[in-house]
Amino acid sequence: MMKKIQQILDECKELAFDLNFTRSRKWLEENPKGVVVGYMPIFFPREIVHAAGGLPVGIFGGGDRKQIVKGDAYYQSYICHIPRSIIELALDKHLDHMSGFIFPSICDVIRNLSGIFRQHKVGKFVKYMDFPQNFLPEIGGRFYQQEMEHVLSYMEEINGIKVTPESLNKSIGLYNKNRELIDYIYKIRQDYPWRLSIADVYHVVRAGTVIPVEEHNEILEQVCHYISGEVGEPQDKIKVVISGAFCEQPAIGLIRAIEEAGCYVVDDDYMLGSRMILGDIDNTSENPLEAISNAYIKQSQYSSSIYDVNDPKEYRLAKIVKDRGADGVIFASASFCDPSLLDAPIFQNAFNKMGIRYISFQYSENINQFKVIKEQVGTFSDSIKLWEGEPA
Amino acid sequence: MEAQKEKSMILQKEMISSLFNELAKAKETGKKVCYTFIPGNLSELIRTFDMLPVYPEINALQSAMRKKSASYIKEAERNAHSEDVCTYVKCDVGMMMKGNIGPTGEKIPEPDILLLSYTGCFTFMKWFETLKRSYPNAEVIMIHTPYQENAKMTPEMTEYMVRQLKLEVIPKMEKVTGIKYDEAKLKRHLELAKEAEDWIARIFETTKHRPSPIDAYFAGVYYIGPINIGFRGTQQAIDYYKELYNEIQERIRLGLGPITPEGEMKEEKYRLVVEGPPNWTSFREFWKIFYDMGAVIVASSYTKVGGVYDLGWRHDPERPLESLAEYCMNCYTNLNIPQRIDLLSKCITEFEADGYVTNSIKSCNSFSAGQLGMMREIEDRLEIPVGFIESDLVDPRYFSYSNIKNRLESFFQMLEQRKRIESNASV
Ligand code: SF4
Ligand code: SF4
Repeated sequence: MMKKIQQILDECKELAFDLNFTRSRKWLEENPKGVVVGYMPIFFPREIVHAAGGLPVGIFGGGDRKQIVKGDAYYQSYICHIPRSIIELALDKHLDHMSGFIFPSICDVIRNLSGIFRQHKVGKFVKYMDFPQNFLPEIGGRFYQQEMEHVLSYMEEINGIKVTPESLNKSIGLYNKNRELIDYIYKIRQDYPWRLSIADVYHVVRAGTVIPVEEHNEILEQVCHYISGEVGEPQDKIKVVISGAFCEQPAIGLIRAIEEAGCYVVDDDYMLGSRMILGDIDNTSENPLEAISNAYIKQSQYSSSIYDVNDPKEYRLAKIVKDRGADGVIFASASFCDPSLLDAPIFQNAFNKMGIRYISFQYSENINQFKVIKEQVGTFSDSIKLWEGEPA
Repeated sequence: MEAQKEKSMILQKEMISSLFNELAKAKETGKKVCYTFIPGNLSELIRTFDMLPVYPEINALQSAMRKKSASYIKEAERNAHSEDVCTYVKCDVGMMMKGNIGPTGEKIPEPDILLLSYTGCFTFMKWFETLKRSYPNAEVIMIHTPYQENAKMTPEMTEYMVRQLKLEVIPKMEKVTGIKYDEAKLKRHLELAKEAEDWIARIFETTKHRPSPIDAYFAGVYYIGPINIGFRGTQQAIDYYKELYNEIQERIRLGLGPITPEGEMKEEKYRLVVEGPPNWTSFREFWKIFYDMGAVIVASSYTKVGGVYDLGWRHDPERPLESLAEYCMNCYTNLNIPQRIDLLSKCITEFEADGYVTNSIKSCNSFSAGQLGMMREIEDRLEIPVGFIESDLVDPRYFSYSNIKNRLESFFQMLEQRKRIESNASV
C-alpha cells in the first residue's frame, strides 16, 4: 500500500539529517558482508560501490545539528565549515560503521581532509579520488577507470566481491532510474513549483544519499506520482536558480527562507552529485567502467570542480536559467569556499553582459540566522516583479 | 638583500632581468610566451620549444614586495572577486586590469599559451579559467597532475601524465610555436636540470652545519628563484648554484652564520623549521623578527613547492617524459598530509631543529587546510615546541606585525625555557 505523501516526506526529512546514519547501520546488520562507503561532496559514481556489494553514503557535513568542539582545533577560522564538522563526526564515531571513505577532487580542503583521515586511520580505506581534468576518453577516461578500479580493489579486499559487467550494468540501471526520477521532479517543478516545496525536494533528494538506491527509487516514484497531479496553490513568486552551494550545505531554514521570501527555486546545485550525470549511462556495455567514465566526460553537468575551457560554465548556467524559465540567479556560496567564490566573478561578469539578474550571498552550514539574506532575497524578488513588463 | 652583494646575487639578478628583457622584446623576436605556474613547471619542455615563461605567482609576489599588491587586490575586489580567496589570483587579475605592467616597469606580453600545470593547488584551475576569458586567443593547454593521495606515484599516474604530454601538450606546443618536438634537445635540458637539482639539494643540506651558513626560508626563497622561474635546465642555473655553493662553503669555513638584510647574523640561538609560504608585503619586518631573536630557519616547506629534491628524486634524461611527469607529482603541495608530516619531521631531525613554526596563509587552502593537524602530529611525534602564526601572501591587510611578534615572542620564550631545562638536565 502506498504510504501517505506526508509520511514519506517526513521520513525523508528525518533521513536527510540523520547524523548517525541509522539506515546504513541497519543495512549493515541486514547485510553482514556489506561494505558501507562514505563519500564527500560533490560527486562520486555510486554505481560501483553498489555493484560491489556496498552501500554508498553521502557525508555532507554536520549542518546546524552538530556542535563543533574538536573540529575547530583542526581548521583555521578562514577555512569553510564543512571539514571541521566532518572531522567532528568522525572523531565522535558517527562514521564508525563505514569501512571506507571517498574524497572526490573538488578542492584542496577536501583533498587535505583525506590526509587527516589517513593520519587518524579512520576506516579501512581512504581514497582521494582524482577525477580527470583531461576529457579525452583515451587519456582522462582511462585514468578515471583506473581510479574506479582502485576503489573496487579496496572493496574486494574487504568483502571478496569481484564486480562483473552484469552486476555493474544492473547498478547503472538503478542509478539511471534514480536520476531520471529526480529529473522528473525538477521538470514538473519548473512549471509547477508550488506542488512541492524546495525544502521537501531537498529532503527527498538528500535522503537518497544515505539509503539503498532501490528504496530511494520507490520513494521517488511516489513523489513523482504525487506531483503529477494538481496539488497546492500557485503564489506570486519569481523563479530563480541557485548556484554555488554544491558542497557545504546551507541550513534547511535558509533553503526554505529563500522560497518563503518570494523565490521559487526551479533549479539548484545543492545535491549536485546526485544529478551530476545528465541522462542515462549506457548499461549494456561489456565494459561498464568505460561507460561510466564516458558519461562523466561527455554528460556531466558543469561544475566548479571541472576545468571548463571547452564548455564555459556561464553559458551553461545561462541555458539552465532560460530552459527553466527562471527570472534570475541566486549565487549562494559557503563562506570561504574557494571553488564557488572563484567562479563568482566569471558568472557575474558574464551575466552583467547577458542581462541576467542575480544576487549573491554567503552562508555557513551551522548558521541558521538569515534575516538579512531573507530581506535581500525578498528585495530581489520584489524588484524583478516590478521590472516585469518593462521593455527589455 | 642589498646590504651585502655576493657574486651569486648579481648572477641571479642578471638572469631575472634578462628574462624580463626578453619578455619585453618577445613581439620583435617572435618568441612565444607561455604563462604557467611554479609547482609542476615544465621549464625544460618550454625551453625545448624556445618559449618564454611568465609566472603569474612571481608577478604577484613581486608586486607585493614593491607595495603594489594592495591596489591590485582592491581593483579585483571591485570586480566581484571575493575578499576570501587566494590573493595571488586577485593581485594578478588586478595587475592585468591596470595594464599588466611587470616588475621592471614594462608591460608583460600577452600569452600565446596558457599552460595550466595543474599541480598541487585547486586554485590554479580557477585562475586559468579566469585568464582564459581575458586572453581568448591564447591556446589553452592543461596538464593534470594526479595527487599523491596514497603517498605513491603509481605507473598509472605516470602513464596518464605521459599520455597527456604526448597527445595534447606537445602537439599543441608544436602548433603554436611552429617548432617540431626535439627529444634530444629536451634530454639535454633535463641533464642540466638534474645537475642544478644536485646543487640545490647540496645547498639546502649545508644548514646541517652549526651555525647554519644560510637561512633556508628567508634567503631560501631567493635561492630557489632561478630553478623555479624557468632556468632549471640551463647552464646559467648550474653556474649560479655552483657559485652560491662555493660562497656558502666559504662561510662554513669561516664559521659564519647567514647573511640578513642587516648583515651577518651574529649568534645562532634557535634552529627552526617553517611550514607555509612567507608573507611578501612585509617580508623584511617578518624576517627581522626572526634574526633579531637569533633564529635561523634550517629548512622550510615553501622552498619545495617547485620540486622536492631532498629525498633524492632527480629529472632523468633517459626517461624524459616520465620524469617530467614524476617531477610534477613530486612537488610539495602535491604530497599528501602524512607525506608532508614525514618530510618535515625528517628535516627537523636531520637538521637538529629546536622548534617548528607554521605560517598559516589566510587565503591559501592548499597549504593551510590541514596545517593544524600536521602541527599537532609533529609536536607529539618529536616532542618539539611548535609555534603558529597567521598572515597572507600578498594582501597587506592580513599582516599584523604586533600579533605575529607577540606570538613569536612567546614561542621563543618556550624555546628558551626548553633549552634551559635541557642544559640543566645535561649538567
Ligand atoms: S565548501 Fe567549498 S572550500 Fe569547503 S570543502 Fe567544500 S568545495 Fe571545498
Ligand atoms: S598554492 Fe596557495 S597561494 Fe599558490 S595559487 Fe594555490 S592557493 Fe594561491
